[in-house]
Amino acid sequence: MNAKKADKIATGTLYAIAGVIVLILFSLLAFILVRGVPHISWNFLTNRSQTFKTGGGIGPQLFNSFYLLILTMLFSVPISLGAGIYLSEYAKKNWVTDLVRTAIEVLSSLPSIVVGLFGFLIFVIQMGWGFSIISGALALTLFNLPLLTRTVEDSLRAIPATQREAGLALGLSRWETVTKIVVPAALPGILTGVILAAGRVFGEAAALIYTAGQSAPALNFADWNPMHIASPLNPFRPAETLAVHIWKINGEGIMPDAAAVSAGASAVLIITVLLFNLLARYLGRVIYKKSTSA
Amino acid sequence: MQSSIEERLTKKSKKAKLETFGKSLSFICIAFIVLVVISILYFVASKGIATFTQNGVSIGSFLGGTDWNPSGKGADGQPLVGALPMITGSFLVTFLSAIVATPFAIGAAVFMTEISPKMGKKILQPVIELLVGIPSVVYGFIGLTVVVPAVRNVFGGSGFGILAGTFVLFVMILPTVTSMTIDALNTVPRHYREASLALGATRWQTVYKVVLRSAIPGILTAVVFGMARAFGEALAVQMVIGNAALMPGNLVSPASTLTSILTMGMGNTVMGSLQNNVLWSLALILLVMSLVFNIMTRLIGKKGAMK
Amino acid sequence: MGVKRLIQAGLIAGVAFSLAACGNKDGSTSASKEATEKNEEITTGSITAVGSTALQPLVEAAAEKYQENHAGSTINVQGGGSGTGLSQVATEAVEIGNSDVFAEEKEGVDAKALVDHRVAVVGITPVIHKDTGVTNLTKEQLIDIFTGKITNWKEVGGNNQEIVVVNRAAGSGTRASFEKWGLGGAKSIQSQEQDSSGAVRKIINETPGAISYLAFSYIDDQTKTLSIDQVKPTEANVATNDWKIWSYEHMYTKGEATGLTQSFLAYMMSAAVQDELVSKMGYLPITAMKVERDVDGTIK
Repeated sequence: MNAKKADKIATGTLYAIAGVIVLILFSLLAFILVRGVPHISWNFLTNRSQTFKTGGGIGPQLFNSFYLLILTMLFSVPISLGAGIYLSEYAKKNWVTDLVRTAIEVLSSLPSIVVGLFGFLIFVIQMGWGFSIISGALALTLFNLPLLTRTVEDSLRAIPATQREAGLALGLSRWETVTKIVVPAALPGILTGVILAAGRVFGEAAALIYTAGQSAPALNFADWNPMHIASPLNPFRPAETLAVHIWKINGEGIMPDAAAVSAGASAVLIITVLLFNLLARYLGRVIYKKSTSA
Repeated sequence: MQSSIEERLTKKSKKAKLETFGKSLSFICIAFIVLVVISILYFVASKGIATFTQNGVSIGSFLGGTDWNPSGKGADGQPLVGALPMITGSFLVTFLSAIVATPFAIGAAVFMTEISPKMGKKILQPVIELLVGIPSVVYGFIGLTVVVPAVRNVFGGSGFGILAGTFVLFVMILPTVTSMTIDALNTVPRHYREASLALGATRWQTVYKVVLRSAIPGILTAVVFGMARAFGEALAVQMVIGNAALMPGNLVSPASTLTSILTMGMGNTVMGSLQNNVLWSLALILLVMSLVFNIMTRLIGKKGAMK
Repeated sequence: MGVKRLIQAGLIAGVAFSLAACGNKDGSTSASKEATEKNEEITTGSITAVGSTALQPLVEAAAEKYQENHAGSTINVQGGGSGTGLSQVATEAVEIGNSDVFAEEKEGVDAKALVDHRVAVVGITPVIHKDTGVTNLTKEQLIDIFTGKITNWKEVGGNNQEIVVVNRAAGSGTRASFEKWGLGGAKSIQSQEQDSSGAVRKIINETPGAISYLAFSYIDDQTKTLSIDQVKPTEANVATNDWKIWSYEHMYTKGEATGLTQSFLAYMMSAAVQDELVSKMGYLPITAMKVERDVDGTIK
């Protein structure tokens, strides 16, 4: 077998592998969408879920998922931005920094159920917040921090050192260089990372079962006072999210149309994550174009 | 006038103050994360160790025993808390899924960096990012409806077991391993490839003999990272592996992993009892393993660092 | 500057939440204080019921109706498992602990401190895959199957098909009741275990030769049930204790129930819940039972 032939065979194999991966994803998507999309309707998206009757929707769950996501991001983005800046701009290269990085990576590979139980004991019981959005959002923050910190750090590191030198040469302090030059330059990367993390948070179930809870009490969408218990904005009400709902009805659902609800909810979940991905791509491109005047 | 110059020189400037503020702010963030990690570690460790300190289970019988029935007692009056079946199950699915995923990941990464970067960026990259986004609940559900019956029809048995778990985990860790492998291939300097091509090597020879060789440490790191993911995955594996606390005799008989037993047992046990403590001991094993995986990637990285 | 604004937003949100938290707490305690002084039924405030996933749908549905009739009351219903329910009510983290088993049967719970409220009865039946060729087993055969002495359906008059035993997770209430009343206290062999009834039902319907057990509420037209000693698993047979495999659904409180908890538990026993919701969801009303059984199995 000569080298040229080997080259052709290898190229063919690589095309095949790429094809198989694309095929796997498309059959996964097709499977979920074909089963689920027929069940999606306006009523399904807005109605309350039913415990034992047919015709339940996923309205509160969908709202809870987004609300929880926004709160989680509100907590985790600033912290991981700060931590990422510290690691990439200020941290010295020594064993302490190494230890910190190891700690963050250990946190990221912890099974999410352990994070959930930690959240249960600390937020739900110790702090007395009960099964609530706030407990869920904090547990998800713990779960989200390592990944996000890593993304921020990587995006910041990818900015060439010359940009920092230019900033310092202009007489800016290091902090100003970081916030005015490096972070804006790294924004497309950070934003993509944040949106992809949002997809992960959106689909997370195990960390929420014991923190945000498994029930979605009726919401009064006319009442936007966060102090009222039936208000959608009250952070101290229990909130079942879409992913938890899917997990619950697959496990214990006794409504006759459980399979249909689960398929429909899975499809909604996937479509949302899909939209997040497209948004990440689009925003990344727009910001890149704006900031580079290309 | 003089005093004001002196003042300006000796007093901290506004910029320096801002700098201190910024540095402290970012330091507080990282300190917070470290604090969280330490408290989680402490929390899991203190609960996990209770099995040995409070309930008097010997570490040997926990790690080496094959009988798992925490509410029962063995012939010697000791609780039956042998975790070896789960440990074996976890390692088996982890290694097998890594073995299956690695060639796919390397293939996809080579395709995207060396063969067709354009198609790779346009099609493969989004596909891989989407695979990360699919929630594990959905993976598990598809595993239960598609993979398990397929395994049952092809290999016999009930379909539940290590093999079904391997398939599901393979798809789940593929994106992680692939995207890290891509990073590894991208760090191989361009002039390596140019030199090889200039010597008359074909593209495949360049990839195989030059690019992949010099990226080995990065690829290994990617694989170990994927293994860490597989080791900690809970909901999806739990739905397809069968959750039988038995030593896996073959790949198609029901087995269990640390996470599957942990997730199943938590709600059914009473906090503070042996049955609950021993689940935390399983969590402790998971923690220690993720530490080990981490140290491994670090060692690989150090050895392969270009000097 | 984006960073600063985000941090500010975070701080404001944090303060808002802590204020909301205080507001919440004050509201419920003052309400209960007022009512105890007046010594009348309290129907406002907020309580949480946690525990058994099997009982969750019923309590959830009842709580929903209760809240419709009693403005100002909030009843949180959560799953988490019987173990979680019992340990959380014992530490007074929640007001009600839902459980499928007697507190006495769970290790690590101080059962004496807890007050039992039995709100429903649930029958449990063996279920099998449809192609086994078996419709009835003797109790001995059932025990032999689950303890691994019988491994093929042809040994009990069925098709030549290997038996696949599927269990619920160790510690699950359904499993404990099934082993106690169906297997005469025998422990099932180590085998496949599933976390939830839904997963068991799916597996039983799809896996040739499979046998497991489910609460009546999970039986649908596709699931095949088994008779034991020619007794059919029906609600009528449970009420007379001819069908032995059933268990109470318990709602435990720490000490005697007071305030909203008391009012809600009374509502659980009222005709509105017992006659309507309970049977609609596949449980038996506690009022329909012709016998009573205590934790040791003594029938009254």
